[in-house]
Amino acid sequence: MGRYLLRRLLQLVPVFIGTTFLIYWLVWSVPGDPFAGKCGERRCPQQYVDFMTDKYQLDQSIFVQYATYMKNLFQGDFGQTFGGRSINDIIMTSYPNTLKLAVVALLIEAVIGLGAGVLTGLRRNGFLDNLVLVSTLFLLALPIFVIAFVLQWLLGVKWGIVTPTVSSEMRITELLVPGFVLGSASMAYIARVARTSIAENRRADYVRTAIAKGLPMRRVVGVHLLRNSLIPVVTLLGTDLGALMGGAIVTEGIFGINGIGRQVYRAIVTKESATVVSIVVVLVLVYLLMNLLVDLLYAALDPRIRYE
Amino acid sequence: MSDILVSEQSAPGADGSGRPSGRLLEVEDLRVEFRTRDGVAKVINGVTYHVEAGETLAVLGESGSGKSVTAQTIMGILDTPPGFVTNGQVRFHGKDMLKMSAEERRRIRGEGIAMIFQDSLSALNPVFTVGFQIAEQFRIRRGMSRADAKKRAVEMLDQVKIPNAKGRYSNYPHQFSGGMRQRAMIAMSLALDPEVLIADEPTTALDVTVQAQIMDLLGELQRERQMGMILITHDLGVVADVADRIAVMYAGRIVEEADVFELYRKPAHPYTLGLLNSIPRMDERGQELRTIKGLPPNLMNIPPGCPFNPRCPMAQPVCREKVPPLLQVGAGRASACHFAEELVNRD
Amino acid sequence: MSDPSTASIVSTPRAEQPTETVSPVGAPQGDRKEKPRGLLGDAWLDLRRKPLFWISALFILLFLLMAAFPQLFTSGDAVNGSLDRSLGKPSGDAWFGYDFQGRDVYARVIYGARASIVVSVLSVLGTLLVGGAMGVIAGYRGGWVDAVLSRVADVFFGLPFVLGAIVILTTFNGSGTSNSQWKIMGLVTVSLIVLSWPVVMRLMRSSVLSTKEADYIVAARALGAGTGRIVLKHLLPNCLAPLLVYGTIMVGSFIGAEATLSFLGVGLKSPVVSWGIMISESQSFIRVSPSLLFFPSLFLVLAVLSFVMLGEAVREALDPKLR
Repeated sequence: MGRYLLRRLLQLVPVFIGTTFLIYWLVWSVPGDPFAGKCGERRCPQQYVDFMTDKYQLDQSIFVQYATYMKNLFQGDFGQTFGGRSINDIIMTSYPNTLKLAVVALLIEAVIGLGAGVLTGLRRNGFLDNLVLVSTLFLLALPIFVIAFVLQWLLGVKWGIVTPTVSSEMRITELLVPGFVLGSASMAYIARVARTSIAENRRADYVRTAIAKGLPMRRVVGVHLLRNSLIPVVTLLGTDLGALMGGAIVTEGIFGINGIGRQVYRAIVTKESATVVSIVVVLVLVYLLMNLLVDLLYAALDPRIRYE
Repeated sequence: MSDILVSEQSAPGADGSGRPSGRLLEVEDLRVEFRTRDGVAKVINGVTYHVEAGETLAVLGESGSGKSVTAQTIMGILDTPPGFVTNGQVRFHGKDMLKMSAEERRRIRGEGIAMIFQDSLSALNPVFTVGFQIAEQFRIRRGMSRADAKKRAVEMLDQVKIPNAKGRYSNYPHQFSGGMRQRAMIAMSLALDPEVLIADEPTTALDVTVQAQIMDLLGELQRERQMGMILITHDLGVVADVADRIAVMYAGRIVEEADVFELYRKPAHPYTLGLLNSIPRMDERGQELRTIKGLPPNLMNIPPGCPFNPRCPMAQPVCREKVPPLLQVGAGRASACHFAEELVNRD
Repeated sequence: MSDPSTASIVSTPRAEQPTETVSPVGAPQGDRKEKPRGLLGDAWLDLRRKPLFWISALFILLFLLMAAFPQLFTSGDAVNGSLDRSLGKPSGDAWFGYDFQGRDVYARVIYGARASIVVSVLSVLGTLLVGGAMGVIAGYRGGWVDAVLSRVADVFFGLPFVLGAIVILTTFNGSGTSNSQWKIMGLVTVSLIVLSWPVVMRLMRSSVLSTKEADYIVAARALGAGTGRIVLKHLLPNCLAPLLVYGTIMVGSFIGAEATLSFLGVGLKSPVVSWGIMISESQSFIRVSPSLLFFPSLFLVLAVLSFVMLGEAVREALDPKLR
């Protein structure tokens, strides 16, 4: 187990370097003149150019720049924006908001997605089953911004049940709709995976054995069937937490949440290269670590899997 | 608490004689069909058999003869759909189980009738320890504490001769060898001290040497506990040592039923004869194996008359017209063949 | 299952192996009288009975026609409007009303099909081609080639989808002015391919790995068949069905992804007509004229759903377990 963990961690390193370097290269090197458009319509003053070139080592090769950046990163320094603001600050203020949104989304996913999946998996081809199949198809197929708009317009504008946008206090009640929107696709996916998994396992031999042992149906389903069927679902939920944060750009934009997605979008539009790279680094890191965690979780849930 | 355990443990021996005499478990004119997209398969077409306390009935047949489906119907674990019981009774202590409530039936499972499955790897839940799956019954059905249930489960593992039972308690099914896993399966089925044990091809998935050990263990436990046992198998070799009576099934019917010695000595149905002849024998080395020609019938389209007639070397015109009923042909034996008398009376 | 909603969840690894096992259905025993149908024949029989299949196929046909010959559906002008009709209500002249700049919404919705469908179909073809080729190479060659390709795929997989697309598009689209319509469409296509090929590669790789050791492949190799022939004649036909299904569903999700990027202002831009742009533009008028949001969304949803449903129907037909 320990060796497996070490091997997986080592495997993470090239992927982490590769992904972050790709972004670093795209953001810093590809556009050519890093100062294009930085100072409005005019060219930037030479003094500014010199200062910036020195600060970000722009006269060095991309590899040196990247290496320096990584060195600072591992000392906990994400660098500064062009305006001199600490990127650590930006991340510190916006990251908790995104995390909060993602957790709300995950909870909604787990409760609704799992509930629907379990119910329909046990009782296939009923009205509820068809309802869930159709509604999950819609949730899976619709782009997130359409769902966001429709819900914002219906619930927020037309019926006035919720406030259309989220205030800076980030109350949980305000986050319910954005959370639902963010998690909608995964929720539908989880419902479907749970449904198939349960429907498949329901006919499994060990379920038959459990019935033959004279266990009450509650226990057969609640212990023997669920425990097996939910392994893929739990792992899905785990991977999702990492993915949700990266996918929060649209949701945060529409509902006006000051999260990491909105920050990174703003940074991209205003060409704040350093901010873009740093936020992507954080997102990639979280995503990779969540995946690793899920692998370990998988081993804990399914004793048949052994790591050597 | 411990005296209760002791008294319970000693119950089978002491109680064995006190059980109501006569038919413990009876199946009567059972009919089951599978309704599928491609049509209706008549899987069981009027099966009647019974088993008494302390007796072993072997149900013999090829795959698809309906022997396992009969067992599943008795246990109430038939997959519905596609399987539907269309007729018949399954009586336990004289009471028709098919008419009982789900709760009544559940209480009989495990305690009244228990079952061992063929493939112990898929029949045991892969994500729980073997011990847990045995102890579970004591906890849920007997309301024991975790500690007591564990103690009893270890005892059960010990009874089926699993070495280091205490250590093996917390192993998962995939960590057991095939034979050990089947022993654990037996321990699990016997945990609640059932009156009838149904063993569905208990040794088919095992190596030949292990097969013998498991059969010996089953026979020993059956005698010890004076259980009624239904041993389902397709292997005539397995049956001989353990069974008291044999029922041979073909195309969802019983075609012959007899005392084990009588059946081996003089089969009263051409199908049984064919089965016996297809066992390789030492004194016939070098000769070609005699097999039964043809295939079992399509259950969606069973031929008229005797279902065995297309494959039967003795078939006459009457066999294609009339279904032979299962009739007595001498003491304690029956056959469903128009020419049963001739078979029995030949030398 | 793919990630039909590519926009938000494509970075989640969902490696689900396409099942292609044929198991006898129906009677537990006894051979059937009829001639056994092949997997594809069986699937087709199953499909023919499904209304969902026919409905989605019909819609797809309609959208394809719309993309190819928009004039068939409308004689209106999608690009030029007159401000005196601004935000006009639906009428006999313009069934869906007019937008802020007085352009005919119905005509715009019809003309919007072209950009969405061209971009998504091209992206899917590219993704299948790149991912498929990488998958075959990695699966067939194995060893260090596999290791390197898999790690490269991991790198692209680790990028959150929307974020990655935004970065690529803003980087290469530069100032965003002076770019022709085709150049932007090409860029969107390339960025969709770049971010999606690892999924197809994994699908293909596992498919190749599982068939590579199959007896008939080993036999073909033993008989001296060359690598190219084995891949073309034996491996590809086996992996084609799941790829086809995945591709169909992917067209739907790419339509959604293209719209998302246009909506974010980094994809297609006016004067190109596209559903995503229309939805994005409607944002400011949502209180005054919700129909501006409604009609393009409706078409977008119908297009996405048609492709996803067609793919699902085919997949279910191909998977005997789901019957």
